[in-house]
Amino acid sequence: MYPFRFSKADDERSALSAATSGARYIAGGTTLIDLMRETVERPDALVDITALPYRDIDLQPSRLRIGALVRMSELAAHPGVREQFPVIAQALELSASAQIRNMASIGGNLMQRPRCLYFRDVSASCNRRSPGTGCAAIAGRNRTHAILGTSDACVATHPSDLAVALVALDALVITRDHNGESRIRISDFFLQPGSTPDQEHSLGHGALITAVEVPVVPESRRSGYLKVRDRESFEFAIAAAAVALNVVAGTVRAARVAVGGVATVPWRLPPVEQALIGRTASADLWREAASHSADGAKPLKENGFKVELIKRTVERQLATVAGLP
Amino acid sequence: MASAPLLAGCGEDEQANTATSSVVRVRINGEAREITVDNRTSLLDMLRERAGLTGTKKGCDQGACGACTILLNGQRINSCLTLAVMHDGAEITTIEGLERNGRLHPLQQAFIDEDAFQCGYCTAGQIMSGVGCIREGHTGSPAEIREWMSGNICRCGAYTNIVTAVAHATPNA
Repeated sequence: MYPFRFSKADDERSALSAATSGARYIAGGTTLIDLMRETVERPDALVDITALPYRDIDLQPSRLRIGALVRMSELAAHPGVREQFPVIAQALELSASAQIRNMASIGGNLMQRPRCLYFRDVSASCNRRSPGTGCAAIAGRNRTHAILGTSDACVATHPSDLAVALVALDALVITRDHNGESRIRISDFFLQPGSTPDQEHSLGHGALITAVEVPVVPESRRSGYLKVRDRESFEFAIAAAAVALNVVAGTVRAARVAVGGVATVPWRLPPVEQALIGRTASADLWREAASHSADGAKPLKENGFKVELIKRTVERQLATVAGLP
Repeated sequence: MASAPLLAGCGEDEQANTATSSVVRVRINGEAREITVDNRTSLLDMLRERAGLTGTKKGCDQGACGACTILLNGQRINSCLTLAVMHDGAEITTIEGLERNGRLHPLQQAFIDEDAFQCGYCTAGQIMSGVGCIREGHTGSPAEIREWMSGNICRCGAYTNIVTAVAHATPNA
């Protein structure tokens, strides 16, 4: 780890000023400190933002507002979230470990960096870490990498489970900079790698995430998250599905489906949703709709199994969520 | 700081609150401590190398094994994944702080009674995590204990007895 200056922000203004001077924000630190130790991240200065007033969970009839400094464990344990947004609570409790969930913030969860081994190894080529050096994963060990949203420059998966649930629910990321507040649709927040994989999100330079807002919709109550992993707990997804359904008298009125572990950003599946809406709920329908889950996939040498796996993951989760009381 | 070693964080610092070092005031196991640390020092390294509390163990140093688990303001965390400098004013409990008046904590006693360790390297972290798990109310069944203790790795494979120890200690902890 390289030396750095450290300060603690008492309010938004001091945090934004520190960032303008080049400091990086730190909250839970569970990603940043790990990457600093590997020298993937080399900030000259850190500003601790944990004293900022972003700690509330506010559930209203029309929307849930989650402060950016709420811990993963706090949000997962919130009774209203568990009842009205099971997909959020499940995605959180299937993430990381109990210790890390007690540390990691919601804002930081969205800002997680990839788990690609080449990204984390400073001796390897990586366009995301060191633009223009190439991508060692494309011709290397890529069993865990993405099949959707990839480019010639990068094939790393996005690591967050929570973000998959939030993309399915059309959440908004609320940010603040010197010019005031911005509200960014979460589907616009995460950027596919394209030719600039080092640009991971649309957050302005030095901007703070202050909160995430999630609209309350009828289907959010009937929702859930399925995560398929190489071991049963404390592991990143190989394939994952966030599903929310509104089924009235046997007919699907609304459907929200997003997948993780297979794409470079949390990946919404409009073709699957369109195949469901207006149709009669049945096992055949789940299979037919889920068959579109890997549309446009570009498998790599070692991850071709994900094409079938993601279809089966979505099919199973559609059946599970449709069967909820 | 150009001469600072890359793997710093463990050595003595020359002075307080320089550009890259800071004074941290914490209560560790009930005792007030004031320690000057290089900003890079993890909470784990401060406890082990500066506070002299070597019961907390360093396994992976990347948040994957749980050997460094402590209670920070009453909640279990990985002390390797956080900076000491971030915790001015915090209340910290380590394995050394669990006993009361010479009596082991019920979970420490349960680990002995149930033979819940072999080499012992992960044990301090397992016990601290177990204390947190019991407080959080996630010890209702062996399956629930396994899931909520999954942040603690035991390479000897003492898991069966660890789960039993946590379950048996739950009513007494």
